[in-house]
Amino acid sequence: MHPTLHAYVALSAILFAIGFFGVLVRRNTLAIFMSLELMLVAATLALVAFSRFNGTEDGNVFVFFILTVAAAEVAVGLAIIVALFRRRQTVQVDQLSALKN
Amino acid sequence: MADFMFLLLAVFTVGCALAMVCLRNSVNAAMCLLLCLAGVAGLMVQLDAFLLAFLLILIYAGAVMALFLFIIMLLDLRVGAPISRKNIGLVSGFFSGALLIAGVASLIVHDRVALPAQSLPAPVGASLKGYADSLFTVYMLPIQVIGFLLLISMLGVIVLSQRTPHSE
Repeated sequence: MHPTLHAYVALSAILFAIGFFGVLVRRNTLAIFMSLELMLVAATLALVAFSRFNGTEDGNVFVFFILTVAAAEVAVGLAIIVALFRRRQTVQVDQLSALKN
Repeated sequence: MADFMFLLLAVFTVGCALAMVCLRNSVNAAMCLLLCLAGVAGLMVQLDAFLLAFLLILIYAGAVMALFLFIIMLLDLRVGAPISRKNIGLVSGFFSGALLIAGVASLIVHDRVALPAQSLPAPVGASLKGYADSLFTVYMLPIQVIGFLLLISMLGVIVLSQRTPHSE
């Protein structure tokens, strides 16, 4: 008995929701960024599951591109965080409120 | 057997994801994300996408998480802030997460997730030849664009990490 597509889609939705919760709730920029990565991985899992159960290759190939974009995103994002830390000496989002007023 | 493995990996992955979101210590959170990624890679093995599972371990768990840990050490953030004290953040987080899950659950309950065949089709993602075939024929242009994207992001990181005169 193989688990169904529904189980995989539900699991990826749960992972995505946890990541989204983390993005909204955490105040450390790095933790927010890690939650973003979790959301990307959840979407990846859904793509692979749909691809497997439909018998097509396209979803799997799309995951390739997602992995590449995620790697580029992480590199640039972490560089921005390091530049921000150099300038402001903090990575807490509630202390980075230059645009607030 | 496959069902049991799925259940085990699913519980493991969700538990690690929850721990990642809730732990204060950034290093522990990164380690939990690493375990969570390993669980997702196991799920991909269950789905017969062996190459993708390998790439997930190699790129995410290897390169990206090492970069994260390096930055955490560099900025010395071992004790992070607790999760948001403001109620509005917690409430909105819970609500939006619950809404997302409820949306997908309603799709599943009303059977809107298309299932073309009841029997499982042959695993197309299991062979490397299939990937090579589609990557170098149908998806040739996206491959080139992705290559440029990587080049541009590399240049962007170099520019961002230069010391500008007013950053001191």
